[in-house]
Amino acid sequence: MTETAVQTFRIAPKQNGDTEARRLAPHRIVLALIGLGLVAASIFFLRWDWLPNYYGLIAQGLWRTIWILAVTCVLGFLLAVPLGLAQAAGPAIVAVPARAFCTIIRGTPLLLQLWLLYYGLGSLFPQYPWIRESELWPYLRQAWPYAVLALTLSYAGYEGEVMRGAFAGVPKGQLEAARAFGMRRFTILRRIWLPQAIHRALPTLAGEAVLQLKATPLVATITVIDLYAVASRVRQDMFITYEPLLLLAAFYLVITGVIVFLFRRLERLIPSKLG
Amino acid sequence: MADASIFPAAISGMFELLSPVPPGWGGNLLRGLANSLQIAFGAFGLGLLIGTLGAYGKLYGGPVIRDILAIYTTIVRAVPELVLILLLYYAGTDLINRVLEAMGYAPVNISGLVAGIVVLGFVQGAYGTEVLRGAIKAIPQGEIEAARAYGMSPGVMMRRIILPAMLPHALPGLANLWLIATKDTALLAVVGFSELTLETRQAAGATKAYFLFYMAAGVLYLLVTLSSNAIIGRVEIWARRGMPSIREA
Repeated sequence: MTETAVQTFRIAPKQNGDTEARRLAPHRIVLALIGLGLVAASIFFLRWDWLPNYYGLIAQGLWRTIWILAVTCVLGFLLAVPLGLAQAAGPAIVAVPARAFCTIIRGTPLLLQLWLLYYGLGSLFPQYPWIRESELWPYLRQAWPYAVLALTLSYAGYEGEVMRGAFAGVPKGQLEAARAFGMRRFTILRRIWLPQAIHRALPTLAGEAVLQLKATPLVATITVIDLYAVASRVRQDMFITYEPLLLLAAFYLVITGVIVFLFRRLERLIPSKLG
Repeated sequence: MADASIFPAAISGMFELLSPVPPGWGGNLLRGLANSLQIAFGAFGLGLLIGTLGAYGKLYGGPVIRDILAIYTTIVRAVPELVLILLLYYAGTDLINRVLEAMGYAPVNISGLVAGIVVLGFVQGAYGTEVLRGAIKAIPQGEIEAARAYGMSPGVMMRRIILPAMLPHALPGLANLWLIATKDTALLAVVGFSELTLETRQAAGATKAYFLFYMAAGVLYLLVTLSSNAIIGRVEIWARRGMPSIREA
């Protein structure tokens, strides 16, 4: 109880304010040692002899995961900007469909969307001869276009909602000033509105990118060989359960760390002086 | 239905396929939906419990508890749910059976429902911890100090002051968590639990009417989301009674 009583009064942070000492507190050293012990135990007691045989496959899967993540984030964001703009400032004829799109995407599981596109649409396409004869058919027969499409739409749906708030959050005076300068509407969007909206949305972009990373293993369910699919393959080949999954979790932790680090760098590039 | 025109082969057969009695597969879908909702409710409840304890621990706990909770929330929020579900599902059932074996009992078969609730609840707990921690911090701290000055025990203070006062701040985040819970149940299809998405897949595979069934399941999920939104809106108005109106973000 004394602990909590001290916490609420403002004196507490000053008393043990030096964070350096707190960072190396003895209990943290113990926790770190326990963590190292767990890692060492999993290295020594679990089976890792399969690892060298799968280096190539793991690298391939890692590359595909990162590639899908990057492509769908970029495409999804490009789609999210008009979606957000339509909801924030568009007339009803574009605002209503944009809102409906965001609601549908955010209201149904991504796994279902993925399967709807791959199995549902994929089973409809062959019925139409003109699709089968078109140039796109070789691509439509593969799984990855559906994966990219589903993840892009999903990212656009979630990020469109964020961009709606970001566009609406830009102070009206900024836009009025731009109009007073005689800027055309597209110039206002390009020079004033969009940059400020992106700046506002940047902190959530990192979170959305991590969420998108966590959505990528779903593509393994439609036969795209990503990192997760490689781990499943190892599990089936070697009859082991934990090792590939633990390695997989470690990979995702590292990728998440890299994403957070990159976005923090990106945020620091833009001078932040929000009024 | 609106998508009848995209469906050249089976317009008349659509309703037959979706009918809830055995020749149709509607009953299976509804049963899957009931399973999904059951898991979502259970996982959300468990997540709330873990989240409340976690938030309390993160705010008022000792340094060790705080660091352990930080590790828990960081790892759970950084690793894909699908991987966590597989890890916890296999590791959890394995661990329980080994403990039972060591104690001399026969191994048990853990039902998919319980496993699903525990696994998703564990994931929800991490997000819930952060949501509730933010909500408790949004309470004017003077209220908590006043409660302490009145000599309330931590339990009474939580029940009378903290939980009611944080509710309006926590509701948007909790609403989001509930929607995530309903959608995350679909991931249990990958470990073979027959919730709505897996039932849909089986129905679609058996009848070859893939598009129809996935659309139907999508409509069901959407109905859950929309009705939840309506209810959450009402709850939010109730929880914010007597407070200034919501500021548009």
